[in-house]
Amino acid sequence: MPAALTAYRGRDVRNVDRLTSFVAMTLPPRAGREIQTTATKSLDANSMMSEAERQLTALLTRSINGDRHAYRMFLEKLACHLRTRLRKRLRQQDADIEDLIQEILLAVHKGLDTFRPEVPLTAWISAIVRYKLADHVRSAVRRSALFEPLDEDSEAEAESHFDTLEAQRDLQQLLATLPPRQRGPIEYMKLWGLSVAETAAAMGLSESAVKVGVHRGLKTLAAKIRGKSK
Amino acid sequence: MNTQEFIVTLANGPRPPSRSAVAGRLGFGLAVSLTAALLLLVILPGDGTSLITRATMPVFWAKLALPLTMTLSATCVTSRLSQPGVRVGRAWAALILPVGIVWLVALIVLALAAPEARGDLILGQTWRYCSLKIMLLSVPALGALLWAMRGLAPTRPRLAGAATGLLAGASGSLAYCLRCPEMHVPFWATWYLIGMAAPALVGGLLGPRAMRW
Repeated sequence: MPAALTAYRGRDVRNVDRLTSFVAMTLPPRAGREIQTTATKSLDANSMMSEAERQLTALLTRSINGDRHAYRMFLEKLACHLRTRLRKRLRQQDADIEDLIQEILLAVHKGLDTFRPEVPLTAWISAIVRYKLADHVRSAVRRSALFEPLDEDSEAEAESHFDTLEAQRDLQQLLATLPPRQRGPIEYMKLWGLSVAETAAAMGLSESAVKVGVHRGLKTLAAKIRGKSK
Repeated sequence: MNTQEFIVTLANGPRPPSRSAVAGRLGFGLAVSLTAALLLLVILPGDGTSLITRATMPVFWAKLALPLTMTLSATCVTSRLSQPGVRVGRAWAALILPVGIVWLVALIVLALAAPEARGDLILGQTWRYCSLKIMLLSVPALGALLWAMRGLAPTRPRLAGAATGLLAGASGSLAYCLRCPEMHVPFWATWYLIGMAAPALVGGLLGPRAMRW
């Protein structure tokens, strides 16, 4: 049995199973309950978990004491567990899940020093998983925030540009079907914004002729558009 | 690299497992913080009275107790937040208790004082720069402690950042306390706590970025 753990509690602990139950006993009831609720939230407390947790804890205690083989087994088992849990929770590409698993394994590796034997392994790992998951989601959001609006913008812009071009062409075609005495006043007054007097002067018509031209022209156009849409 | 290869790399790589990593790193950070704050204190201009004359007054020790207990309890909270899955629990109470006591005493002192003396009790002589000096003394502490936390594993970065900032503020005011001429409780209840709250706020804002691991 690891000397460090024995020294830690100052008692003689023969095996890991006894250690776990011993730890459970020494935990205050409130802390124990709270840790369990965290466990249920994150790593899903089915009956398999307690057995798996016991195995993992045993492997981890051995690896903390320098057993590289145990450490490798621990990481492999942990990766397996994470894969099943994360697949259920995230509907994403496998490559993404593997990325996340590697992130978590690296975090576990780096944070190994902060594992305390009196904290259940599940609570320790859940906290790390939650942190890394939040990080992952946040960076995914940031990535999508970086790209999506740009895509949308350029699409919307292209569409509106296209729309105006199309409208312009339609208008030109429709206007071309009008007689010049109606088309001229409409172009001057409605498209370029001249006044009746200016239009009359520019076209050499009387003001009332301009007004009549616009009126009749618009009426014809309206009739044509209506006819077209039917 | 696939996960299998990654695991083999991790398992074979050099690993510094140490039971005392938390105590070591935080202790080192705290030592750096206090040393830097004391050095800054020597550089800053004082009011001329010596520490010896102040140390003979009982109020001085009561005043010292505020940042001292805050430093101890903030260290406890911070170290708990630096380890995944460890609950802070009762350490929160230890952090709030000194503040509560100081506020209670301050209110009693103010209630008993004559109405025209109350302003002086709160403002003292040095209210203009007391909080600012505490903040200044906590700047190196904040850097050192955020660095220390970065090497540990805080999984609630915002909260951990705020706790780290509070610890920096508490150590800064612990140092400033040695120089502070004010001896009235309402004064510390206001300006010391403002001086500690500012680094806590900064720590909370910086936490998620500065302590990413």
